[in-house]
Amino acid sequence: MELYTIIFYFFTVITLGSTCIVVFSRNIVRAAFALLFAFFGVAGIYIFLLADFIAVTQLLIYVGGIMVLILFSVMLTSHQINVDAKTGVIQTLPAILISACIGGGLVWVFWITDWKVNSQLPIVETTAPKIGEMLLTKYLLPFEVASVILLVALIGAAMIARREKKV
Amino acid sequence: MSQETLLTLALIVWLVPLVDFAVLIFFHKRLPRSGDWLGTSILFAALALSLVILFTKLNYFHDQTLQTIFTWVNFGNVPGIGEMQIDLGFMIDNVAAIMLVVVCIVSSLVHLFSIGYMKDDIRYGRYFAYLGLFSFSMFGIVLTNNLLLMYVSWELVGLSSYLLIGHWFEKKSASDAAKKAFIVTRIGDVGMFIGILILFNTFHTFTFDAIFEAMKAGHIPFGSETWLTASGLLIFCGAVGKSAQFPLHVWLPDAMEGPTPVSALIHAATMVAAGVYLVTRTFAMMTAEALMVIAYIGAITAFISATIAIAQNDIKKVLAYSTVSQLGYMIMGLGVGAYTAGFFHLTTHAMFKAGLFLGSGSVIYAMHNALHRANDHNTDAQDIRNMGGLRTKMPITFWTFLMYTLAISGIPLTSGFLSKDEILAGTLAFGSLHGGWHWVIPITGFFVAGLTAFYMFRLVILTFLGEHKDPHRIEAVHESPWVMTVPLVVLAVLSFFAFYSFNPIGAASGWFYQAVARPDSVVPIAVAAVNTEIFTETLHHSHGLAMLLSLSVAGIGILVAFTTYYWKKINADTVASAPVFKYLYKFFLNKWYFDEFYQATFVNGIDALAAAYRWFDNVVIDGIVNGVAKWTVGITHGVKHTWKEGIAGSIFYLIVFALLSLFMGWQVTVGLLAGSGSTVAMIECGLLGLCVAALSFFLFYVGVGGFDNKIIDGIVNLVVSLAGLLGLLARKLQTGKVQTYLAFALFGVMVFFLWFR
Amino acid sequence: MQDLINFLQHPGLTHFLILSGLLFSFGIFAILTRRNAIMVLMGVELVLNAANINFVAFSRYVTTSLDGHVVAIFVIILAAAEAAIALAIILNIYQNFNTVNVDEINKLKD
Repeated sequence: MELYTIIFYFFTVITLGSTCIVVFSRNIVRAAFALLFAFFGVAGIYIFLLADFIAVTQLLIYVGGIMVLILFSVMLTSHQINVDAKTGVIQTLPAILISACIGGGLVWVFWITDWKVNSQLPIVETTAPKIGEMLLTKYLLPFEVASVILLVALIGAAMIARREKKV
Repeated sequence: MSQETLLTLALIVWLVPLVDFAVLIFFHKRLPRSGDWLGTSILFAALALSLVILFTKLNYFHDQTLQTIFTWVNFGNVPGIGEMQIDLGFMIDNVAAIMLVVVCIVSSLVHLFSIGYMKDDIRYGRYFAYLGLFSFSMFGIVLTNNLLLMYVSWELVGLSSYLLIGHWFEKKSASDAAKKAFIVTRIGDVGMFIGILILFNTFHTFTFDAIFEAMKAGHIPFGSETWLTASGLLIFCGAVGKSAQFPLHVWLPDAMEGPTPVSALIHAATMVAAGVYLVTRTFAMMTAEALMVIAYIGAITAFISATIAIAQNDIKKVLAYSTVSQLGYMIMGLGVGAYTAGFFHLTTHAMFKAGLFLGSGSVIYAMHNALHRANDHNTDAQDIRNMGGLRTKMPITFWTFLMYTLAISGIPLTSGFLSKDEILAGTLAFGSLHGGWHWVIPITGFFVAGLTAFYMFRLVILTFLGEHKDPHRIEAVHESPWVMTVPLVVLAVLSFFAFYSFNPIGAASGWFYQAVARPDSVVPIAVAAVNTEIFTETLHHSHGLAMLLSLSVAGIGILVAFTTYYWKKINADTVASAPVFKYLYKFFLNKWYFDEFYQATFVNGIDALAAAYRWFDNVVIDGIVNGVAKWTVGITHGVKHTWKEGIAGSIFYLIVFALLSLFMGWQVTVGLLAGSGSTVAMIECGLLGLCVAALSFFLFYVGVGGFDNKIIDGIVNLVVSLAGLLGLLARKLQTGKVQTYLAFALFGVMVFFLWFR
Repeated sequence: MQDLINFLQHPGLTHFLILSGLLFSFGIFAILTRRNAIMVLMGVELVLNAANINFVAFSRYVTTSLDGHVVAIFVIILAAAEAAIALAIILNIYQNFNTVNVDEINKLKD
C-alpha cells in the first residue's frame, strides 16, 4: 500500500462516515457538525484531484460560510435552548429503497462504463491563475450573472428574513 | 434655401394637421375653447410655410421638380417580374406649390370662419379635429408623387368628407347625405383603383415620373393603345366621383347638409377640385380619345348642373350646382387641352367659390339668428324666397358676395374673367381644330357661361336686393362677427385679377401662366392629342372672339336676371307656367330626375337582387338545411315515435326505411357473394343480408336515438365510472408533501436509468 | 478477487465517481426522510458536493482542462446563494408557523 492510497482512503472514510452521521443522526446539532467534517473530507478529495483552488474555496465557503449559516438557523429555529434538538424522520422505508437503488445504479454505471481516461498526468501546478483568467475571458458572462445573483440573493435574503412588524 | 429644406417644410405642412387632428380628437374636451385656436393657428402657420414654399419655388427653382423618394417595400426578386420595389415620396412642382397655397388659404380662412359659424355647436371640438384630418389628407393628395399615396389620401379625404357632411347626424337627411356621398364617390374610386392596378401591373411602379418615363419609351399597358386609353379613363373615373362629374354628380348637392364652412372648404374649393388636380397630374398619359371623353363629360356636367341651378331656391343648392357646373368647366378645359386654363380656373374658382359659400354661410347665420329670435321654426333659413333686402343690414357680406358673383360670371377685372376666358378660348380652339360636331363643346361652354351669370345674379338679387318679405324679421338681421367677415374680405380681395396677372384681359403674361406649363404628352404620337404648339397657335386666334362672346353672353345673362327679378318686367312664375317651360321648369327643379332614375334603376335593382338572394337563401338553402335536420331527427327518434304525430307521415317513413333496409341488406348480400356462384354461398350470404336488413330496420324503427341512449351512452358511462374509480385510487398517492413527489420523481429517474442503459 | 484488490490499491477516476455516487445517494436519502427543513437543506448541500466531485474528477482525468473547476466554482457560488435564501425562507416560515417541519407547512397563507 502506498501512502497515496492510504491517504485517499482516509479522506474517503472521513467523508462517508461524517455523511452517515449527517443522514442518520437524530440530533440536528450533531448532524450539522458532522456535515462540517464531511465538507472537510470533500476538500481533501479535491486536493487529491489536483484542484487546490476549489479545495480552498470549499473550505472557505462551505466550512466558513454555509456551515455558520446552518448552525445559526438551527439555533434560531429550535424550541429548546439546549443543543440536542431532535428531529423526526418520515417515509423511511421507501426512501431507503429509492436512495439505495439510485446509489446502486450510479455505482453500477460508474463501474461498468469504460471511461476514456487520459493516462498522462497533467502538470502539477497551481490552478488559481488559470481559473482567474478563464473567469474573466471565456466565462465572463456567467461570472457577471453570478455576481448579480449573489447581490440579489443578499438583498432577497435580508428582505425575507426580516421580522415583520405585526400591525 | 435648399431643396431639402423646401421638402422638409412641405413635409411639415403635410404632417402638422395630422398632429392637430390627433390632439383634438382625443383631448378637445380638456382644451380651453375645445381647441379651436389650435387648429386655426396651425393652419395659418401652414399657410405661412406654404407661401414660403411657393415663393421659393417660383423664384429659385422655377423649372425644377423637387422630389424625395424612399423605398417603402422591397420585394426583392419577384418570380416572373424581376426586381420589384415600391417607392413612395413627395414632389413639389409649380402645380403642387400653387395647389398647396390654395388649400392652405381656404382651409385657414374656413377655420377662422368656423369659430363664428359653429359657435355653441354640440360637437365643436370634433368638428375642428375633422377639419384637421381633412387638411392633412388634402395635403397628401397635393404633395404626393405616386398613385398609391394619392389613392390613400384620396380615400382619406373621402372619409373626412363623410364625417363632416354627417356632422349633424341626428338629422336623417344629413346622415343619408353622408352615406350617399361616401358610396357614390366610392363607385368612381373603384374605377380609379382598377386604373392604378393596370398601370402597376404594366410598370411595376406607382410614381408618376417612372410611369411617364416608361410610356415615353414606348412601353404601354398590354402593348395596346386601347388599354392605354382605358387606363386613363379609369383613373379619370376617380375624378368623376370626387369632382362630382356626370353621371356621379348627384352626391354633391346633397352634401350641402353639412355645415356651410365645410361646404366651402371641401365641397367647393379643395376636395372636389382634387379630381381636377388628379387629371392635371395624369394629363401627360391621356390619349386623344380619353381627352375627348373627358371634355364631353365636363361639358355635359357643366350644362346639366347649370340648368338645374336656375330652378333651385335653396341658397346652398344653387351654389352647389354652380360648383358642379364650374368643375365641369375645369374638366372640359383640361379635356380640350387647355391644361393651364383648367388648372387656373381651379385656383380662381377655389377663391371665389369658397367665398360664395362662406358668404352664404354668413347670410344663413344671420337669418337663422333672426328667425331664432322671432321664435319662428317653420321658415327655412336657407330659402332665397324668404330673403331679400339684406344689402343694408349686411353690407360687408353683400359687397364681398357681389365681388364673387362678378368673378364667377366672368366680368372683366376679376380673376374669374381671366380663367373662364382662357377655357372658352380653349374650347373654341378645340372646335376649330376638330370641326363638325365638336363645335358642340364651345357652344355649350358659352351657353353655360350665360346661364351662370343669370342664376348667380338671380341669387344676388333675390337675397340682397329688393324688399324683405317680413319687415320685423329684417330688423333682427345683423352683420356677422369679425371672424366671419374677415375671411370674406380676404377672399374677395383674392378674386381680383391682379393677383394672377397684371394684364386684366389676358392671363398669358402673368406669373401663373409662366409657372404652369402644359406637360408634353407621353403617349404614342398616333394617339396623342394635338400638340401644344398647334393648340396654342389656334388658341391665339380664337382669343379675341372668345372674350367678346363670353362678355356678351354674361351681359345677356345679367340683363335677363335684372329684368326678371329686379325690375320685374318679366314675371318668372308666368314664364315657368307657360306651356313649354312648365315641363322644362319641373324637369330642372327636380334635377333632371337623376335621383329618381338612380333610385329606380340601381338602388331598386340592387334591392331586387337582394330580394332574390334572400328568397334563394330562405327557401332553397334553409329548405335543404331544415330538411336534413328533419330527417336526422326522424332517424334518431325512429318511426316508433312518429306514430303520435300522424299515421300518414309515419307510414311514409316506414316505407322509406323499409326500402332503405332492404337496399342495405341487398348490398351486403351482393358484396359478400362477390361473384361466387355456389348455392350454399348464396344461401349463406342471403341469410346474412336478411339479418342486416332486419337489424337496420329494427334500428330505424326504434330509432338510432334509442341505440345511442342505451348502448353508446352505456359504453361512455362505463368509461366514466372506470376513470372515476382509477381517480379514487390515484388520489391516495397525492399526499401533498414535497418529499413524496420528489420520491416519485426519483423513481422516474431510475426508470430512465433502466431504459437507456 | 485479485482484480478487486488491485482495483482498491490504485485509486483512479472510478473511485472518485463511486465516492460521489454514494455521497449523492446519502444526500437524496436525507432529503427524502428528514422532516426538518434545515436537514433537507443539508441533504441538498451533500448532493451539490457530489456533483462537484464529479466535475473536478472528470476535469482531472478526462479533459485535463480547467473548465470543470470553473463550473465547480459556479456551483459553489450558487450553493452559497441558495443556502442564504433557503435559510432566510426557513426563518420566515418559522416566524409564521412556529415550526420548520416540511410536512406541517401546507398552507400558502394563514
